[in-house]
Amino acid sequence: MSTLQRQRYLLDYSLSSLLRRKRKHLSLLFTYTLIIFLLASVMLFSNGLKGEVTHALAASPEIVLQRIEAGRHALIPADYLQRLGRLRGVSASKGRLWGYYFDSALQANYTLIASDEEQLSATEVILGSAVARMRGIGPGDFTSMRGADGNAYSFRVKSLLDSESELFSADLVLISPKAYRKLFAIDEGLFTDIVFTVRNSREVEKVAQKIVSRLPDTRPILKQEILSTYDAIFSWRQGILFVLLATSILAFVIFAWDRASGLSAEERREIGILKAIGWETSDILQMKFWEGGVISLLAFLCGYLLAYLHVFYTGAPLFEPVLKGWSVLYPNFMLTPSVDGLQLATLFLFTVFPYVVAIIFPIWQVAITDPDAVMR
Amino acid sequence: MEIRLDAVRKVFNQGRPNEFCAIRGVSLRIEAERISCVKGASGSGKTTLLSMIGSLSRPTSGRIHLGDRLLSGLPERFLTDIRRHTFGFIFQRFNLIPGLSVLQNIILPAFPLAPSYKQLIENAHRLLEVYGLADKADSRVEWLSGGEAQRVAICRALINGPQILVADEPTANLDSEHSQRFMQQMAELQRAGKTVILASHDPLVYDNAEVDRIISLRDGLLEEG
Repeated sequence: MSTLQRQRYLLDYSLSSLLRRKRKHLSLLFTYTLIIFLLASVMLFSNGLKGEVTHALAASPEIVLQRIEAGRHALIPADYLQRLGRLRGVSASKGRLWGYYFDSALQANYTLIASDEEQLSATEVILGSAVARMRGIGPGDFTSMRGADGNAYSFRVKSLLDSESELFSADLVLISPKAYRKLFAIDEGLFTDIVFTVRNSREVEKVAQKIVSRLPDTRPILKQEILSTYDAIFSWRQGILFVLLATSILAFVIFAWDRASGLSAEERREIGILKAIGWETSDILQMKFWEGGVISLLAFLCGYLLAYLHVFYTGAPLFEPVLKGWSVLYPNFMLTPSVDGLQLATLFLFTVFPYVVAIIFPIWQVAITDPDAVMR
Repeated sequence: MEIRLDAVRKVFNQGRPNEFCAIRGVSLRIEAERISCVKGASGSGKTTLLSMIGSLSRPTSGRIHLGDRLLSGLPERFLTDIRRHTFGFIFQRFNLIPGLSVLQNIILPAFPLAPSYKQLIENAHRLLEVYGLADKADSRVEWLSGGEAQRVAICRALINGPQILVADEPTANLDSEHSQRFMQQMAELQRAGKTVILASHDPLVYDNAEVDRIISLRDGLLEEG
């Protein structure tokens, strides 16, 4: 009870101390919040993108097989499936038709995928949310695309895609295989690539080796490789941003050190008075710890909350071009809100902890000096 | 509780070019429940002597006893405990904390002892009543007159019920009427069983009839008298 009461008194004094030096503490709080906001925005955005990728690729096939002709991707004949025969460990395999479509009017790239499952007629499409938003159309409306033969083909919007992962569904256009072949002038019996579903994830590499040995002019792409590539890209971009932010972080560290640790004559005198009237060194340190704790926790909460809103509710306009990279040709989309506990803890550790140390150390130096010497 | 000093010296900036010896081997006894006044010109070492007696600083050499306890060898933690329970300080410029109210300043020394809030506030209000500051409890200390600020400093010094009251140049910022009133307040405290130690170069203090003993200091040395 006594310890609790003592802490209550110390906290009470800390709060009154914060209020007595409003200008100093408000400027510190503002800068601190800004830094947390910038760092947390980068972390949340990068993490959000990685999450989108992982989520989107969760249901995708383990192996995508492309045909390589003179070192570049070429269409793959349907009879490659027969030539492969039955492969041990493969539960399903099928040919896919897909490709990018550049919309010159909106300066955006769409991903067109031929879909059997949606039972689309040759004049129907299903649109991703961003495509519909950018074109300003919805179910029942019509949209047109220019084909390889130069003619414009009109399609009725059957419905919109409703996916948890906007990163991959936003720019999607689902179309019937027949319409796809007509639009891109691809003959029957040819596919963009072939996909394989492998039952046991540990057998994926073995299966890929078998495929290449039977079809030497092909290149298998593993899901794990795609995940690793995305991870590397987003981590690299996050790193670039952190380097760019390093200057402001350094400025903050200097500012915080100066503000938090640079004790004015008035503050030194106050510590001397408190010691003279019976406060222990530990009382003063605890009081300052509360003071620093209030500032840093408040800044952390405000900064993180603002970053969360910035990233997940306004589309992170500050960092979008750097982190998404190809966003110039990409429809706008909103990330699915997610928070990584480890990342949150790391940010907390690397921002709050140094600040509290920056406060405590110089105060400890003053607090262990004789009160008479401090007051003089 | 008697205080005894044996060959106490205090050297500032020892071993540096600006080394300065403020107290040069002082030995004296300060009797309990009496008013003792250290007098001397500015720079004679009064404040330094008082700060060592009150455990605000340590002597460079020599011994200070409080009753039968040797203060000069105690670690900081024990010195703080003694300051907290035994001494009440009234500083020259009062050393109140600006931005806080009169009441907040008075209760500050009690925070580390963690008494119940109700009891603490009751004690503070009782002291404010005694020293005629009841209507100033919520005023900020920087708005007070010199006399009021000094009475706040006395209340703060008394909040933990110390046995010994130490006042350094207590009348330096007061007119003669307030100085006289201060001495009466000290006499009342002495009659209530407190030991009062003053340091002053003001004749209104050291020549006051209430003072039991005068200790004269000159250039860090005691003058007999």
